[in-house]
Amino acid sequence: MASSRPIPPTSPAFWRSPLRGPRLTALLGVVLLAGITLLFVTGLLSYAAYNPDLAGGVNDQTPGKGLLGFYLFSWPTGPRWLYRLTQGVHVTLGVVLVPVLLAKLWSVIPKLFRMPPARSAGDALERLSLLLLVGGALFEFVTGLLNVQLAYLFPGSFYRLHFYGAWVFIGAFVAHVVLRMPRTVRALRERTDPAAEDDETGLVAVRPDRPTVSRRGALGLVGAGSLLLLVTTAGQSLGGRWRRTALLAPHGGADPGGGPNGFQINKTAAAVGIRARDTGDDWRLTVEGGGRRVRLTRAELLRLPQHEGALPIACVEGWSTDDQLWSGVRLRELAALVGLGDRPPGVLVESLQLHGAFRRAALSGSQVRDPRSLLALRVGGAELSRDHGYPARIIVPAAPGVLNTKWVARLSFGEG
Amino acid sequence: MRRVRMPGRAAAVRGWRRLRRHRWYGEGPLHLVLMLGSFALTGYAGVRLLAGGRWPLVVVWFVGAALLHDLVLLPLYALADRAVVRCTAGAGRRRSWTAFVRVPAALSGLLLLVWFPLISYAAGGAPAAHYELATGLPAGVFLGRWLLISAVLFAVSALWLLCRTVQPRRAVGRLRHRRRATKRRAADGD
Repeated sequence: MASSRPIPPTSPAFWRSPLRGPRLTALLGVVLLAGITLLFVTGLLSYAAYNPDLAGGVNDQTPGKGLLGFYLFSWPTGPRWLYRLTQGVHVTLGVVLVPVLLAKLWSVIPKLFRMPPARSAGDALERLSLLLLVGGALFEFVTGLLNVQLAYLFPGSFYRLHFYGAWVFIGAFVAHVVLRMPRTVRALRERTDPAAEDDETGLVAVRPDRPTVSRRGALGLVGAGSLLLLVTTAGQSLGGRWRRTALLAPHGGADPGGGPNGFQINKTAAAVGIRARDTGDDWRLTVEGGGRRVRLTRAELLRLPQHEGALPIACVEGWSTDDQLWSGVRLRELAALVGLGDRPPGVLVESLQLHGAFRRAALSGSQVRDPRSLLALRVGGAELSRDHGYPARIIVPAAPGVLNTKWVARLSFGEG
Repeated sequence: MRRVRMPGRAAAVRGWRRLRRHRWYGEGPLHLVLMLGSFALTGYAGVRLLAGGRWPLVVVWFVGAALLHDLVLLPLYALADRAVVRCTAGAGRRRSWTAFVRVPAALSGLLLLVWFPLISYAAGGAPAAHYELATGLPAGVFLGRWLLISAVLFAVSALWLLCRTVQPRRAVGRLRHRRRATKRRAADGD
């Protein structure tokens, strides 16, 4: 063309990178297929870990789930690091996949501007599905990344948006994977991309620029981005000395304070409205169940048999602590105080905290019966600090952190 | 577009299908089934996603995420990359500097993109106060850490470039030596 008019992005000649082609897209696509599948599965597991069906749905942030909860099962209490692992993988992998997702979207951007917008009804449907795919992927990554950084900018409850958003996304994802799989496999088998005139994918540039980086170099950059994110994030889920390496993770770097209570805090006492007079000498623990009720002072609790257990705290935000040495009264022995010691049922735990979605939380019967499940009074040989739940808190193996209720005021057995 | 491979069926059925496919749908039956299944799930989850009074905002977030990425973020970083290439292309130099600027800049930008809320807490304000109140951790540290990581990335890149610029002459000499040795070994082996 002799004309000097600028070429519009709807023209194939506008897209000049010699890197684009079915092979690059296929490679990135296969990485995303594996990564996003693992993200989806660990996400579903996290929902199951909340035991959302207990006690009429006290723990359930998406009670209208309907058929989408078809897979739910009673979350086990072992191994004790189970939720640490699944949720650490979910969040860390999500962070690490960001550059792969960006590169994948970059590799197919010419197709957004393809003309005509739809060649047929089927093509139009597929393009609508692609909007759900790209919008859904970005929506899930953005809401997840904002939530772990405590930046609650999204419109509504994180649980609702992230859970239902994932289902909207996964429908488009499965369709996309099935439709693109044959071409992806072929691209991975071929040693080179086809020439632009033979390329039916519309990815190969018809008027390529001189390369400024090889395809291997570009993939190396994506990999380096993932690696950099991994080493500056993973430490918040590994704990111990590794936490210091997590320079850009919300719970990376140093632990708050020192001593036995110097480990990560999800919400401080001040953040959820715990007042000093609520946790003083007037504090009583109410234990109910089987038509009986017992009220105990902290001194009385300390006179009951004390048990020790080393358990971690693992948050839905992906960070977790090493095992902390808790000591306190077994939940099943508290159930025995109201005559439910033989086969204790689940329990509804209520906190003193004034706000927070989990100031009431339910534990299952199997969680109550696990001998490691405690109403903890001490940690690491010291009194619990106010921020870790003084006068008493729940600690249950393998449960999400929010179910380890702090500042416990009431245990209602048989309502869990 | 991809075609679904037809199993050996009666030619009449095949012809009818092809006719329908080409006439209005344009794709195979598997495509239609997948699309319908996918949209059924989308609809079922979508009404739950959009339940509540703020559903227009959720739609804006969902569609806006795609538009913001495709029409703002991607063109911005593509333009920035083009500027880097133009400024560093090896006019008169033996080796282009492009990679030595592009790589640390891209990595630093990636960290900023992913951890922007955390990094922005250094500016103080309500979000930073909320982070500190919730976690008991200092909110202002992330900007410094990001700048430090970025500085290290650029420093490593600069050192690398320096080594590559200084070394070639010596490397050429070594390469010649090695080639001679290889040739000699090959000759011995024959």
